[in-house]
Amino acid sequence: MASLKELKGRINSVKSTQKITKAKQMVAAAKLRRAQVAAEAARPYAERLSGVMASLASKVSGDSAPKLLRGTGSDKRHLLVVVNTDKGLCGGLNANIVKAAKAKARALTAEGKDVSFYLIGKKGRAPIKRDYASCIAKHFDTSTVRNPGFEEAEQIADDLIERFEKGEFDVAHLVYPIFKSALAQDPTVDQLIPVPSPEGEGDSGDAVVEYEPGEEEILEELLPRYVKTQLFGALLEREASEQGASMTAMDNATRNAGDLINKLTIQYNRSRQAAITTELIEIIAGAEAL
Amino acid sequence: MALHFELVTPAKLVRSEEVHMVVVPGTEGEFGVLEGHAPFMSTIRDGEVQVYKTEGAAPETIEVRGGFAEVGDKGLTVLAEHVEG
Repeated sequence: MASLKELKGRINSVKSTQKITKAKQMVAAAKLRRAQVAAEAARPYAERLSGVMASLASKVSGDSAPKLLRGTGSDKRHLLVVVNTDKGLCGGLNANIVKAAKAKARALTAEGKDVSFYLIGKKGRAPIKRDYASCIAKHFDTSTVRNPGFEEAEQIADDLIERFEKGEFDVAHLVYPIFKSALAQDPTVDQLIPVPSPEGEGDSGDAVVEYEPGEEEILEELLPRYVKTQLFGALLEREASEQGASMTAMDNATRNAGDLINKLTIQYNRSRQAAITTELIEIIAGAEAL
Repeated sequence: MALHFELVTPAKLVRSEEVHMVVVPGTEGEFGVLEGHAPFMSTIRDGEVQVYKTEGAAPETIEVRGGFAEVGDKGLTVLAEHVEG
């Protein structure tokens, strides 16, 4: 049995851990609100953009379509763009993203494709390096900026499109968490390049739409923008997911710490009582002996 | 006579309102959009979008960078990459 002093030390240490997790939980809760608002504010742009894309893509098809829509004609080399968080303390979020990415990589390798990785965020680096050390194309660092926004998405998209133009890969997939609630963030795999043809017809219907300059030129401008928007959306989802997961994980940690403190306090009081009882028995026994 | 005008950036929906006329800086020249404009789509260059709330009123200018404008049944939608201010 641990001594009284040791027990007291442990209780204090668990108490200070609880303070930290509680603070982190409250910070995450505050940040989550902001991240959710940002994610919601970005939705109209994405919706309108895919609406425009749908109406354009249905008009431009065949060989005249830009490379980003058409693809390179082969699907041998795949690039997995994995969006992870920069900070830990968010439960199993990063582990789940990495698991999804690895599962996709395994599935592609089984089909005989080449797989490489493009990592965004710090926390995916180590676990993916362990299994695929030679296949990491690039690591994009988002930890230097406080709130990764459209500029980062732009940089990533430009870099990706440049690599695509150079022929470094044929197909790119985006792996990122979708924020459902503070309790659930689902890792998702979406095709990023070539841009998948949006479903459904454009809303313009039969109306003759005039294009300036031309359909192809507009589409050529629009596709990189679409990729950017996808990445931007992924960054926002990541932010919300990170805070949500962090909030839940820290809530659990705080509760566990509370339970542990209760248990240790009971143990401490019992040993104290036992010590007092022993002392009393010793004194009484001593007095009786006289 | 009102034109539904929406200005959207990736970060947020900047404007969504009924206006009289909007002048958009298209790549191949500025164009004004009134209610009932034919379906039209154009890329835009960096410049000012002028919003006329009512006929003859002084225009409100919004600086935009990169993007495109779409005119449909539902009005004018400007998707811009950046909006100043």
